[in-house]
Order: sequence, then structure tokens, then C-alpha cells
Amino acid sequence: MSGHSEHKTMTLKLIVWRQAAPGKPGRFETYTAKNITEHHSFLEMLDVVNEDLIKEGKPPIVFDHDCREGICGVCSQVINGVPHGGQERTTVCQLHMRKFKDGDTIYIEPWRARAFPILKDLMVDRGALDKIIQAGGYISAHTGGAPDANAIPVPRPNAEYSMDAAECIGCGACVAGCPNGAAMLFTGAKVSQFAALPQGQVEAAERVANMLQAMQDCGFGNCTNHYECQAACPKGIDVKFIARLNREYLKALF
Amino acid sequence: MILDGKCPTGPIEKTWDKHRFEMKLVNPANKRKYKILVVGTGLAGASAAASLGELGYNVEAFCYQDSPRRAHSIAAQGGINAGKNYPNDNDSIYRLFYDTIKGGDFRAREADVWRLAQVSNNIIDQCVAQGVPFARDYAGYLDNRSFGGAQVSRTFYARGQTGQQLLLGAYSALSRQVKLGTVKMFPRTEMLDLVVVDGEAKGITVRDLVTGEVRVHVGDAVCLCTGGYVNVFYLSTMAMGASVTAIWKAHKKGAFFANPCYTQIHPTCIPQSGDYQSKLTLMSESLRNDGRIWVPKKQGEKRGPNEIPEEERDYYLERKYPSFGNLAPRDIASRAAKEQCDDKRGVGPGGRGVYLDFADSIKRLGEDTIRVRYGNLFEMYERITDENGYKVPMRIYPAPHYSMGGLWVDYNAMSNLPGLFVLGEANFSVHGANRLGASALMQGLADGYFVIPYTIAHYLAQTKPGKVKPDHAECKKSIEDVKAYSKKLLSINGKRTVTELMRELGTLMWNNVGMARSKESLSEAIAKIPGIREEFWQNVKITGNGAEVNQQLENAGRTADFLEFAELLCRDALHRNESCGGHFRVEYQFEDGEAKRDDENFCYSAAWEFKGIGKEPELHKEPLKFEHVHLAVRSYK
Repeated sequence: MSGHSEHKTMTLKLIVWRQAAPGKPGRFETYTAKNITEHHSFLEMLDVVNEDLIKEGKPPIVFDHDCREGICGVCSQVINGVPHGGQERTTVCQLHMRKFKDGDTIYIEPWRARAFPILKDLMVDRGALDKIIQAGGYISAHTGGAPDANAIPVPRPNAEYSMDAAECIGCGACVAGCPNGAAMLFTGAKVSQFAALPQGQVEAAERVANMLQAMQDCGFGNCTNHYECQAACPKGIDVKFIARLNREYLKALF
Repeated sequence: MILDGKCPTGPIEKTWDKHRFEMKLVNPANKRKYKILVVGTGLAGASAAASLGELGYNVEAFCYQDSPRRAHSIAAQGGINAGKNYPNDNDSIYRLFYDTIKGGDFRAREADVWRLAQVSNNIIDQCVAQGVPFARDYAGYLDNRSFGGAQVSRTFYARGQTGQQLLLGAYSALSRQVKLGTVKMFPRTEMLDLVVVDGEAKGITVRDLVTGEVRVHVGDAVCLCTGGYVNVFYLSTMAMGASVTAIWKAHKKGAFFANPCYTQIHPTCIPQSGDYQSKLTLMSESLRNDGRIWVPKKQGEKRGPNEIPEEERDYYLERKYPSFGNLAPRDIASRAAKEQCDDKRGVGPGGRGVYLDFADSIKRLGEDTIRVRYGNLFEMYERITDENGYKVPMRIYPAPHYSMGGLWVDYNAMSNLPGLFVLGEANFSVHGANRLGASALMQGLADGYFVIPYTIAHYLAQTKPGKVKPDHAECKKSIEDVKAYSKKLLSINGKRTVTELMRELGTLMWNNVGMARSKESLSEAIAKIPGIREEFWQNVKITGNGAEVNQQLENAGRTADFLEFAELLCRDALHRNESCGGHFRVEYQFEDGEAKRDDENFCYSAAWEFKGIGKEPELHKEPLKFEHVHLAVRSYK
């Protein structure tokens, strides 16, 4: 039978970053997570801890979460030093406690990057990623008046390449994982998505120049080929898109 | 009161074009004088804000998430419908219109649905122009697949992430307008009240979720694009932050709430695994294209799925609905799964599950083909259940997924409060009593890109810009009310958490008002809800204060609204003495268990007027006329 029998529960020691507000000093606090089963998601494990804290009249741990199915990109925790906890192609919300053992100690921190100020505890401000998109992460198609969708065929390999890049969920793990706090993978993915499509050509040069400018203005660093971004990415976005970003930028200079 | 949707008359094919010509315009130089507030930035809100900003209006857009890109439209997997007929399989706008009316079990307006079908093709064109990487064939043309409730392939898709790609398209259009300065974006901001002046919607009161600041934004019109309310069941496929709050606050200020009992329970979700569970995860129903649904014939079967021989399996959808088979509409497929489980043929923990089996398709097409089509869904399934769907049949069970009901709107998407427009899932307009797959994305973008830009002008052209200033008495009162409400929540300091109380409400709603409803179950829910509400206001515990990030306070506000709204949902379900679409009353069924509609007495939309918390709301009816699609018993056999 594929059904689940009763499972043993785990007890875990959590060492969590607590910070009251932006710019305030933060510190690590220790908590115990009890009665956790292998089917709890990581966030459900934190829910259990928070319910206990609330009942004790203590402030619960603040963390961003919403869809809890790995697509909205809002959850953002560094677990034992690794953004999203290190399971391949998995966001924190999809990480399950079967990846941990009874008695484990788990360190939980927010994304740490100059461009992502901490708002509270594990919650950070990722408005800088929106600014990069606002600078040029679009094809300037007016609403209405678009030609028939099949008017311009797109070779399937290009469409697939574009989709590979477009899968980015904008969580910022690439930035958190990067020793330089760079947003090159994020920016490269968006630039590459449009670079591969005929619709994206007209403003290609302007797009890459403006997006890179915004990236620098927001305080992100630059790529020095550590590839930590790809390792951290819950959608498996490939660093080849950083190479594409650099090529597109070079092209834009001429 | 008999409500009038003000639908255009005459031949259905001409209704939208005729209406467009008859509507008033705002000239380009005057557009910037008008301010429009758009609440919610999912498919409907982002596309509306982008399109209105581009037209030259002065737009302010709000979302509770940290970025407009995160709205829950992003989670839609399977696809978006359009009547393009690219595969040459005899699809047409008329057929999409017909299927949607029938799929909605004849409880939606013909004119609204026609318009949706008509603009569906423009949506695909628009999204391709924006760079949405839809699936394509080797010749470079767009690919289509089939979906529940249709016998043609009209669904466009981008792997299993169609909602994500469409939302990112709308988000990029919105971002472009933010850069141009036509749209001002307010993320991490939640609407907590609607400001109504002289009967017209002229502003919203919001709470900044980072600083806790409560402030008012005034405008010449308000568009609510705030999604659905099925988190009233606690466990659902919705995002954790999705709530009824924005539309409920508007309802309390006079907007009618239509057909709240029409809720959709999606058949292909991952079954619940424990009490701690915070949400349910949906897997695209496109899986039903290649997966076969079955249960063991034997009650209480103990063998594993691969040990059960073919002749001891019941492929109940194929048996009961031979022409649609595993692609029967969602309401029918969900109810059939419940019947099997109620009959002790369910599988997995607690017997609340049925098998979704890919063995035949893998034999026919090879595992690689299945992996290309659904690889991300199999991965998702394995991550959550620790089971390999290629080797062992998946287990699925229905879960609350979508709300067809919502605020009542006329043909112009305007509520009964002038100046208040409601788009996407938040309104009630096109899906009737049941939504077909791949139609939600279609509606959100239709409303935002191609309906509101025209219909809002008709209202604005007849109103003076800037009528209400932020220092208006109604604005001040609204701010005071919202502050007092938060203060009251924070002062209770009881013993129970918000989650515990929400779970209690959700469990009651799921058990009594979920997939099957009866006079008894509904009456019981109506009797019990006020008790939970009272317990909440006496005994909830929220730590911290209102002048900081306070997720407990946010959740408490949303829960408080669900505790009021749930009663309306039950009352609507109790009054509708028929079964239709997602609303199944056990008293009203045919001998074979099929839903029994009552067109003589219930062929209307029920729009409810708020009369006070716990007080009987007043019912207004909008009769539905079917002049083009013949009212008939919906059959998928």
C-alpha cells in the first residue's frame, strides 16, 4: 500500500536570526521544534514553532511565505548556510522535514545582500529586483493591436530556451548565494528570455543597457564565476544566461 | 429588487461591438485628470493597471505581496483557452461561448460569456507580443492541448507554468508603466476599507504592512482585482494570504455579493497528510489527458495499486462518462471521487484519495514523452509525497480551488456602487456555477486588457475628476474605523491563535458546505458560525502591536472577515434549492447521482445586500435569459 503509516516524530534545535526592524541590531535565538513528522514542510515546521511562541506571548518568527507550492518566489531563508536549504531545485516551502534527522540543529537566516535590507527577522525587501525589471525587463507591446499570434513563427528550440530562462521566480536566492551579492543570474535570465524571441529584438540593446545600469544602481555586485547562483536556484536557471547577458551587453555597445 | 445587468440585446455576435460603440469616451487630454485605484495585481489587476496607465490615466496599484509578480495567478499551471481553431478541430468563438455557458451549468449571463470568448483570441496575440514563451511545435507555431469540459484542443500553455508566464507578461507590462510614471505601485499594502461618498466608490483605506501606517487613497474609480475566497475552507490550493477581505469590506459598504455558494473543488490535488497541514497543492488537470483515474473495486482494499489486477479496478469516470471519460468537468470529477471514497473505495491515508495512473500512457508513449509533458508535476508530487509517479500511481483528492461567486457586476464590470469595478475571480460574471479548466486565466486577462479599458471610460466620462479629497469626512472616518478595528483585535489577548480559529471555521465549512451540501448540514453551519465568531472576538491572541510588521494581525483581520462571510456563503447555499455546477445539494439529484437543476425556480443570479453582521441579508435577483444556448440538462455522458 502506498499509504503512509504512523510516523515517528522529530525534535529539532533551531537557531534563528531575529531582528526587530531595518537597521536594528539582530541576534540568533534558539528554539526547539517538537512533534515534527517527515511530512511537515519546512514552513509548516516553523508554523508549529510559531504557534507555541504566540501561546507563550512571545513574538513569532516573521518570514515571507504565500503560495507554499514553490512558484510565487516569496519564501527566502538561508538554511544551514544555503539559500532554500540545499535540496536541488526546491524552494523553502517545498523542502520537507524528511530531509532532516531527529536531533538536528538547524540555522535559519534571512537572505543577506546589500541590495536586500532586512525588514524583520527573516523578511527582506527585494524591491531592487522590481527596479531591474522596471528598467527594461519587458517587450514594449501596447495593449491591443497585436498581430495574430501565429504571424511570426518562433523556432521551437528558441521557444524552449526562452522558457528555460523565463522560469525564474524572482526569489533572489541567486543574490543570497553569491559572494558578491550579484543579480546577474536574475538579470541574465530576463534578458535571455527576450533575446531568444523575434518579438524582443527591436529594443534589445536598450533593454540590456538599462537593466544592467539599474542592477548597479541598486547595489548589486558583479559576477566572478562562482556559480553559487545556479546551485542555489530553485528553478535550475543555468549560468549560461549570464554569458548571454554579457554577450548581449557587448552587442549593445556597438 | 430585480437587478439589471444592462446587457446589450440583439444578435449575440454583435453585442460587444455594438456596446463598445455606444459607450462614452474620455478624450486623451482629459484622461490624466482621472485617478484610478487598482487593488490586487494578479492577471486581472496587473493587466488592468498596465492598460489603464498606458491609456493615460493616473493609476495607483496595490498588492499585499512584496511584489506584483507574486499574485496567486502565478500558480495556475495548465493553460489558457482561446477559440483560435489553430488545430483545425472545428473550434470557434461560438463553440467556446457554448462550452462555457454549458460548463457553467447555465448560471452565467450569455452576453458576458460571449464577450469573453470573443476577446480570448486577442489575449493570445497580446501575450505572444509580450514575449510569453508558449509551447510551440517544430514548425514554430503555437501548440494546443485539450482540457476538461471540451472536446477540442483550445488550450495554450507554457509547460506547467502558464499562469506564471502570463502573470510575468502582465507584470512586465505593469513594470513598464511604473517606469513611465503612469502607474504608482504600492506593494506590501493591504486594503482594509472602501470609501464611499454619496453612494459612489471614491477611495480605499489601506494598511502599510511594513510600517503599520493606516492611510487613505482617493480616486475617481476603484477596481477590485483581489481574487477568490476559497480560503474560507482553511485548506485550499490558494496562497496563504488570499482572503475575502477587500470584497467583503466593499460588500459591507453596499456592494452586492453574488452567488457566494458557487465554489469549485478541483479534482486533481495532492491528498492531505496531517493536521498540521497549511495548504493543499494542486496538480494541473492536464494530467487527466494521459492519466487514468481509478479505485479498487473491493471496499477497504489493502493491496498496493500495482498488485491489483486490471479486472479488479474501477475506472469510474470512463465507466460513467464514456464520451468525456477522464476529462469530465471538474465538479463532476470531484464529486465522483468523493462518492468512491464515501463508499470505502478510497486509497491512501484515511481512504481520502483515488489513483491517477500513468502506466498505460507510459506503455503507449514512453516515459520520456510523459516526462516532457508533465515532468515538473511529477517532481512536485515526489517532493511532497516522497513517491515516484512514474512507478506507482499518484494519489489525488479534490480540494477547494476557485470561487465562481463574487461581487455582483453589470455588463460593464461595475458593481451596484457606481465607480466600483470588480475584475477577475473577485467578480461573479462569467463562470456561472462551475468554471471550466483554463478559463480563469482567460477571464482575468480579458477583464484587464480588453474590458475595463473601455467600460471604465463610460463611467468616468460622466463624472467630474477629483471630486473627493483625502480630507473628506468619509475618508477620516474610514481611517478611524480601521485603526479602531486593529486596536480592538490587538486588545483581546485571549488564549487561542488565529490559525486555530481559522482551522475550526474551515473544518466546519469543508465538512458541511464542501462538495455536498444539505439543508441539515447548512443549517448546522449557520448555527455554529456565530459561536466561532464570538470565540474569536473573545479569545483570540495576537502578539505585538500595529505599528510594525505583524503577520498575526494581518491574519486576524482576514479571519475575522471569513467568519462573517462564511455565514453568507451558507445562506446562499441554503436558499438555492437545486444542484448546479459546484453547488451540490444532496436533496436535489437524479437517481444516478447527477445534479438536478431547477430552472423554473432558480434560473437567476442571487445578489445579496449586507444588512449587518449575523443579520439576514436581503436577496436581489437577476433573472438569467438563455436566447442562444438552449437550456438543457448538462450531460457529459
